[in-house]
Order: sequence, then structure tokens, then C-alpha cells
Amino acid sequence: MSTSTASSDDKNRRAPAGERVADWADGRLGIYSLAKANMRKIFPDHWSFMLGEISLYSFIIIILTGVYLTLFFHPSMNEVVYHGSYVPLQGVRMSEAYASTVDISFDVRGGLLIRQIHHWAALIFLAAMLVHMMRVFFTGAFRKPREINWLFGFLLFVLGMFTGFTGYSLPDDLLSGTGVRFMQGAILSVPVVGTYLSMFLFGGEFPGGDFVARFYSVHILLLPGIMLGLVVAHLILVFYHKHTQFAGPGRTNTNVVGMPLLPVYMAKAGGFFFLVFGLIAIVSAIATINPIWALGPYRPDQVSTGAQPDWYMGFSEGLIRVMPGWEINFLGHTLVLGVFIPLVIFPLVLVAIAVYPFIEGWVTRDPREHHILDRPRNAPTRTAFGVAWLTWYFILLIGGGNDLWATHFHLSINAITWFVRVAFFVGPVVAFVVTKRICLGLQRRDAEKVLHGRESGIIKRLPHGEFIEVHTPLDQADLHRLTAHDQHKPAEIGPPVDENGVRRKVGPAEKLRVKLSKGYYGEGSQIPKPTAEEYNEIAAAHGHGHEEITTGHGNH
Amino acid sequence: MKKLSARRRHPLAAVVVLLLALAATGGLYAAFAPAGKAQADETSQSLAIEEGKKLYTVGCASCHGTGGQGSSDGPPLVGVGAAAVDFQVGTGRMPAQQPGAQVPKKKVIYSQAEIDQLAAYVASLGAGPGIPTKEQYSPAGADIARGGDLFRTNCTQCHNFTGEGGALTHGKTAPSLEGASPRHIYEAMQTGPQNMPSFPDSTMPEQQKKDIIAYIQTVNGEKAESPGGLNLGGLGPVSEGLFGWIFGLGVLIAAAVWVAAHTAKAKKS
Amino acid sequence: MSSQEEFSEENLPSERGGAVEPGRDPFADPGLPAHRPRMQDIDERAAKRSERTVAMLFLLSMVATVAFIASFVAFPVSKIVYVWPLGHVSILHLALGLTLGVALFCIGAGAVHWARTLMSDVETADERHPIEAPPEVKAKVLKDFAAGAEESAFGRRKLIRNTMFGAMALVPLAGVVLLRDLGPLPEKKLRSTLWAKGKQLINMNTNQPLRPEDVVVGSLTFAMPEGLDEHSEDFQKQIAKAALMIVRIQPDEIKSKRELDWSHQGIVAFSKICTHVGCPISLYEQQTHHVLCPCHQSTFDLSDGARVIFGPAGHALPQLRIGVNAEGNLEALGDFEEPVGPAFWERG
Repeated sequence: MSTSTASSDDKNRRAPAGERVADWADGRLGIYSLAKANMRKIFPDHWSFMLGEISLYSFIIIILTGVYLTLFFHPSMNEVVYHGSYVPLQGVRMSEAYASTVDISFDVRGGLLIRQIHHWAALIFLAAMLVHMMRVFFTGAFRKPREINWLFGFLLFVLGMFTGFTGYSLPDDLLSGTGVRFMQGAILSVPVVGTYLSMFLFGGEFPGGDFVARFYSVHILLLPGIMLGLVVAHLILVFYHKHTQFAGPGRTNTNVVGMPLLPVYMAKAGGFFFLVFGLIAIVSAIATINPIWALGPYRPDQVSTGAQPDWYMGFSEGLIRVMPGWEINFLGHTLVLGVFIPLVIFPLVLVAIAVYPFIEGWVTRDPREHHILDRPRNAPTRTAFGVAWLTWYFILLIGGGNDLWATHFHLSINAITWFVRVAFFVGPVVAFVVTKRICLGLQRRDAEKVLHGRESGIIKRLPHGEFIEVHTPLDQADLHRLTAHDQHKPAEIGPPVDENGVRRKVGPAEKLRVKLSKGYYGEGSQIPKPTAEEYNEIAAAHGHGHEEITTGHGNH
Repeated sequence: MKKLSARRRHPLAAVVVLLLALAATGGLYAAFAPAGKAQADETSQSLAIEEGKKLYTVGCASCHGTGGQGSSDGPPLVGVGAAAVDFQVGTGRMPAQQPGAQVPKKKVIYSQAEIDQLAAYVASLGAGPGIPTKEQYSPAGADIARGGDLFRTNCTQCHNFTGEGGALTHGKTAPSLEGASPRHIYEAMQTGPQNMPSFPDSTMPEQQKKDIIAYIQTVNGEKAESPGGLNLGGLGPVSEGLFGWIFGLGVLIAAAVWVAAHTAKAKKS
Repeated sequence: MSSQEEFSEENLPSERGGAVEPGRDPFADPGLPAHRPRMQDIDERAAKRSERTVAMLFLLSMVATVAFIASFVAFPVSKIVYVWPLGHVSILHLALGLTLGVALFCIGAGAVHWARTLMSDVETADERHPIEAPPEVKAKVLKDFAAGAEESAFGRRKLIRNTMFGAMALVPLAGVVLLRDLGPLPEKKLRSTLWAKGKQLINMNTNQPLRPEDVVVGSLTFAMPEGLDEHSEDFQKQIAKAALMIVRIQPDEIKSKRELDWSHQGIVAFSKICTHVGCPISLYEQQTHHVLCPCHQSTFDLSDGARVIFGPAGHALPQLRIGVNAEGNLEALGDFEEPVGPAFWERG
């Protein structure tokens, strides 16, 4: 359109094409106002802030490869006889779902690569989400105003688990069918409605002919759709809240220090997407994942040892493996506690970590916004809780792979099961106590460093013969960094009577809160950070005479 | 010579002498083997039984009893057949080194000729499955796909979907089939060594055993194909998860560290 | 601000007493440090080097994409090649994966290197603004809301409000009702299997009826009911309940009287489906007569009525009563007397 109107004597010099397009868009979308706030938005640099990006990018990779796979996959349980190019299956009866997955692996050029990228990216997606969640947890990034975003992230993790599980079930191979059978058995254990749920989910008795098609729509439409929405909301909130940062010179609770989105983060984040995609593609090129052709088609009367779910479901596998086989008769009905209890603990394990921010918020009653991250040592109780939770989670993961630990470390499977049964209760407690102690030790070291400087490694001999190590004082930036965190005071119940002499009522919830608060911030739960007075006192003492002081210092 | 005489009281001396004697006998026999075929077979058979008995008395009798009747340390061998001996001794499981949950595969200490003699002796104690002929166990021409189906019905529950082995109760295991020879696989199915159940010809005909062997060779042999790259031990999701965490996420985090790290500053001028 | 690197040997806290003025807070925020240039910022040759590296990476990516297309065309899909240390892999798969990986990785590496070495690395601060609205905004919103609510008469006309809630609460039921046809009701479906009196035990390997003499002590055999066929439409559903595991135990080793009574000369037939969550259980240890489930390690003692001796299963494996028919084949003497597979509420 512009060629016809363009003339050399156009008085108003026309704006460049890009600007004209932008003008057009601005008139309809208001992009200039959007860009004003966001184009040079500042992001802080820290490797741990990119864990979420790994999750995001692997999610995008999963969607891209997943769309490709839908072009070839037949979500049908109709039985066919295989006549494709994989010899060891020729003539075997199998479902169309399985046959089409074998075809993707052997007859579609590049199909195997895309399948493996899809599956590896899924494992990495969930691993990255967990690590990202733990980063947020241990640095206290979930505090106000980010509690809702924490929940969005948590929901993404849980939905990711189920999307992964439904995807794992689709090829209808021997391993995935075993997993589905396990799920069906677990559903049957639900009191009162278990059999109904199972019949409705499978369209009749297991395995029926429906579940692949049903899981398919859940796997490719329902769950990813919800996840996509949550991812967008999650990102909008990240933009809106602006990123958290670690304390440091010039980095305060009211600013964010870093480099602008355009150009630095555009290049870094955009480039990182390609790095993630490229690395996952290389991993998929060199390592097999889920060789369904070797597993064979699903038959309810066949099974392979080493039947495990993908890693993110491993803790539920551990729960179910170590549970004793309790089954009781309740008024003529069977209560399958041996299966139902793990089924109930399974979500509770996840909920335990999800609600933590709200418990901490309730205990501290801290109304402020927090944009400066905690160093894990400076929140010993939180850190100890997080490590205890991780310990719990990993003990269950060990339980989920008990047969493989048994064969590869020459142990008895029964002994491992018993170890996990005990460690399920003991492990988190030990981890909690040990972690808290380590945190307090690190706090002490920080205080020491602030007051006396860092050990320089230089040994000096004093005139009277004594050897001392010279301590290098910290500069102000480091002093600030090590003392920037705030330390809460434990809550008090307050006087038993109010100012009018009337007895105050203190509810049990408040008593619990005060007790917890004492546990968090009371004596022995944090090391008081050095004060300016302490510092100045030591500095002044040093000012009088080096030798004596350093000697005295050595004796400290 | 001095060295040699110093060792003549060594506990293994008798064994060594016996072995030498056996080798000499075998060699002499081979050299002077009579020409009459039918007669030779019979004679060689009884000779083998005799030699096997000697070997048995030295190496096996302490646990399995002097006449193969068994004891508290070892099961009776009457009726286990030559195939069982060929498997147990031929894979080094027997003679056992120490009691335990399970006797593991070890270095084979007898020669094939000795194993045959032992087998002949044990077979003479009571009828049992004989050592299969090459024709019986050779997987050539077998139906691999049928073998796969049979393998999944009868074997994968213990040995894993590509025969990588798996755990049993109290420290026992179903061993990996990696490197197992077709003959030994055949014999194991036939005789059910240790805690493995047997799959006799009456319930699993010879042809099916061949099919299974052919399948094992295809998925776990030297030339087993793994089109997607490293097979990560063929153990399924546990090893995949470990690999995904360590190499997948590990490499990505290393990349993240590089992306976020400060670029080296110029030296202070 | 004094730099770390140049501390004097007498650099004790008193020296720094000068840096942090006495009386002032020694822990105060000193503010953003001054920007220090990179080599690329001050030396054009270094910048050129970076530029060349980035361009190199982008070029390499182009080459890799061309190689990807070439591999796609050149390698047949079924070609297997030995590549150390990966093993016998599909050369097409490996070539496509590596070239695609390199093509993507190089774009990323180029962009990141560009950002790290050539784009400005001056750190700047963005101010944050409190998220909570100022009081006057809040007051205005509350006032507006009150006005809106008042105009709607929502609080005043309770009939409208209550009927609306009623309608909203009921309408989702339409969706719930629609889910009814997802599947049939359970009824007694889980209580019975294909086994019935007179049905012969068919060896799953040979598809022939099993005879007692076929089953020797120490062997393991799997069976399905006569009339079930791999090709039948409901094979999967039926075998999921009817799969049978058959072993022979010396009758004097069988500890449970009922088990012995239900056996045929020591040949016992147990459900192959684990009573925990339904895995096909069949890791039979012929010396101990223990059978282990590969999924969750429930262990049953087949010489003692298949009772649970370890693991999460809640009850013994159901046993099928067997006998021998006129032709000398093994046959069932009825269905299982209890539901097979995982326990459920109505199991009783």
C-alpha cells in the first residue's frame, strides 16, 4: 500500500516501517504504554533465578514435541497385529496405541528423537520445577507478596506430575499398563465409592477399551491447558512483583538491581531457551528413554520386574511399597488401609510443603513486603523444615526403587523396606535437628567474620615470639551483606490481665502460635547478629595498640 | 624340585595330582581310543562315570553326600540330571564357595571334559534331563516374536524385560542374562537351578525354549540394538530418573551458571 | 571504597576505623559499587574477538541445520551402526539428535555470549512500588462497590439473591449427571471370573489343556480357562481376573489343610493377580515356595495357603479348586470363592 502513495516530495518525512507497524499496533493494543513499563525492566543476575526458566523452557519444548507426536499417535485400544519394521514384535497382538508408538519409534524418521525429547524434557521439567521450588523455599522468596505465586507454582508441579503420569500411560506398553493397574488398584481401595470410580474411569472393568483415549484428552488438552493458564499467571505475577534479589550493596527491599530486559535479558533468556532445547536434544540423541518396544505390549497377566513410575511419582511408589498390609473388616465392608493410607499420605506429602508459607506467615504475623532473599542459614527453622521435607521425599524415593537398590548394592529387599519404614519417621527428625545446628554454626561464623574479619592465612610473628593469624577486616559492602537480614523477636503471650485488670482470654491457637514463634526465634534458634556497638567497641580497642590487641584477639 | 616337594602336603596337592592324573588318563584314552564305535560309546560312558565319580568325591561329596543323597549343606542330586550339573558347574556356581542366600556365578574351575564326566556320574544316580544338544538350544530359525511373548509371560517377572535381572526376597536375585550362553539358558529353564522354577518340556516344549533364547539374544546379546542411544542398564525409570537429574538437569544448571555469571572484568588499570 | 586485594599486613580493624567513621553505622549500605569495565568495553580488539566468536556460533548453527536436513535425507530409518560408547544405535536418530542439538545450542550460546561480552553490563536499579493501594484509592473502591451493591438491590431483594444461588448451585448437576455413562455400575462384576466347574486349565504357553503329569515339582506354569482366546474381544478384561499360576508342591510340605484339599496331588492353582493392587505376581522361588510381587514386594507363602508373609498386600492369594476330568486333564471345580485382585469396599 505504501508504494503507491510514496512520493519523493512527501513533505512529512515518513517514519521508518518498524515504527509505523508499532504505531498501528499501539492504536489497537496500547503497546507503547506496555513497553514503557516493561521494555527496560530490570532483572537481577543469579544462576538460581534461572531454574524457573529451565522449567518454562522444558514446558515449551514438551508442547512443541507433543504436538508433533499427536500427528502420528493413535489413542485407541483397538487390537491390531503388528507388522512394522521392528522384528521382535512382528505378529504380536497389541493395541493401536502401542503399535503407533512403535511406529513413531521405528518407521517415522526422527520420530524416535522427538519421542525421546518429549520424555526427557518431561523428566527435566519436573526436576527443574522441584529444584526451583526449593530455591524459592530456602531463600524465603515465597513471603509476602508472593504467596499466591508460590501456590501457582505448586499447582504447576502437581499438575505436571499428573500430566506426566497420563502421558506415561498412553503408549499402553507393559510398564505403563502396570502403572495404570496400580492406579486402578489404589482407586478400588477408596472406601464406599472405590469400585464406582474405577468403573467410571475405565468404562467398566480393568483394563477395558477406553482409558487410553480418555487419558489422551486429559494429557494433551485438559491438564496442559490448565497448566498453560497457570504458567501465564505465574509469569505475569513475576513481572508484576519484580524479581527478588539477594542483599548486597545498593540492593534494598525497595529496589531491584540488575540489567534491563532489552537487550540483556532478551538475549540471555532467549538464548537460554535455545541452550536448554539444544542440550535436551543432545541428551535425547545419546540416551534412550522408555524403550517401549523392549517392554512389549500391555497384558494384565504379564509384568516385568523393576516396575517403577517415572521419578516424580517415585515417592508415591515408595509409600505404597513400604506400607504394611493392613486390611480390616468394617461392618461387613473391607477397609483396605494398606493401600488407602498411602493414597491419603501421597497428597499430604505435597501439601506439607505447599502450606508452609502460610504457617510461617501466621507465626510471624509479618505484614511487610519481602523482596530481599534470606540466606538459608539466617532462617534456621525454615531451612531445617525444608531439609526435613526433602529427606522425607528422598527416603520415599529410595523406597520406590527398593528392588534396584537391592540388586545393585547386594542388599536384601526386605531389609531396605524395613529401613525405609523406620527412616520415614526418624529421617526427617534427624535432618531437622542436624540442619538447624548447621545453620546456627554458620550464623556464628558470620558473626565472627563481621566482628573480627576473615582469616587471611597470613601468620605473623609478634615481637615477643607469639604467632598469630592476621584477620583481614571486611569492607563495608560485606559487612552490610552479612548483617542486612532482620531477626524476628519471639512472640509473647502478653500479660494475663489487660490494663483494666480484666483477665485476657488467650485461645489455644494463640498459645500454639507463641510456642511456634519461640521455636522459630527464641533462644537457641538464632544467633543474635552483631550490633554496631559491638563492632565499634572492638574496632576502638584495636585502635589502641596492635600487638596487645591482636594477642588478645588470638586468645579470644 | 625342592619347591615342589615342599608343597606336596598342601591341601590342594591331592586335587592337583588328581587333575594331572585325569588329564593324563583323558589324553591316553584319546590316544588309544578303540575304533569300534558303538562299543566305544558304551565304554567311554562308563569310563566317564568312573572319572566323574572321582571328581565328585573330591569336589562335591562334602555337601551333596557321597552318593548324591544330599545333606544339610546341599540338596540331593539324585535325578537332577546331567543338564543341572552342566549348568551349575559350567557357570561356576558350583562348587559353592560359601553358604548364603544364593550361590553366585563365578569363574568356572573345571574343564568342559571334567564337567561332562561329573554330569555323567550324576546322571547315573537317577534319570533326569540330559545336556541338550546344539540342535535343541540353538536359536537359529526360531520365532523371535513368539519368544518375546513367552519371555514376558514366563521370565520377565524375575529377569526384567530385557533380562537384566531383578530382586527376590531376602537378598536373593534373579541374575542378569547378559552373556549367558544359549545352552546354559536352556538348561536353566529345563532344570530350575536354585530358586528358579523349572519350565519342563511338558509345559514349555523345546521349540518354545529356542524361541525364548532367540529373543534373549536379540534384546540382550552382544549385538542387541538400542536405537535410541545408551540403554542406561535397561532398568527402566529409576536409571532414567537418575540420568535425567544428573546429566539432564545437571548440564542445564551448569549452563544457567554460565549465563548468569558476571563476565570477567578487565584488570584494574 | 578500598579494595580487598590491597590489604596491608597491618590491615586490622583499626585501619578500617577510618573507612567506617566512628559513630556511624558500620553496617550501613554503602550503595551500588561503581561499574568496572570488561576487557571488551575498553579494548576494541577484545570486542572484535567476541563478535567473531558469536558470529562463529551462529554460523555453526546454520551448518548444523544443513547437516540435520542432509542426515534426514541420507540415512535410512532402519540403519543400525555401532557407535562407541553408545552401542548399536540408529544412525539416523543419533545424527538428527546431535545436529539439532548443536544447531539449537549454538544459537543459544551465541546469544548469551553476545549478551555477556558485548551488551552493556552496567547494573542499574529499578524502584519498587508498594503493591497495596493508597488509602484514598481503597476508600474510593469501597465506596464505588457499596454504590454498585446498593443499586443492584442485591442485599435488599433477598428473593432474587436466594433463587439465584439456588439456580447456580443446581446447574452444575447437569454436568455431573452427564458423567454417569462413563461406565457401568460395579454390581458383582469384580466378584466372578471366567472360571467355572468343569473348565479345563489351558497352558498359556502351548494353548493345550494341562495334565497333572505335565506339572512337576519345582516347575511354574501359567494357565487360563478353557474357551478364553487371545483373539477374543474381552481377552484383556478376562485374563486380568482369570490368570492362574500353577505349581506342584510335595503334599507333605503343604501346611494348610484347605490348600491340600483344593489341590490335585500337590498341584495347586492360585490367582496370578496380586491382592494388593493387581500386579501379575509370579516371582516363584521353588525352594522356599515364596512368591514375590515385582511391583511392591508383597510376599506370599504358596505352601501355606498363599498367606501374606511380607509387604503391603492385605490378604492371601485366592486359590482355585482343581481336579482331573475324565480325559485326565486338570479342570476347575468352580470359580474362585472370593474376588481376585485388589481388595475393595464391597469385598466384605
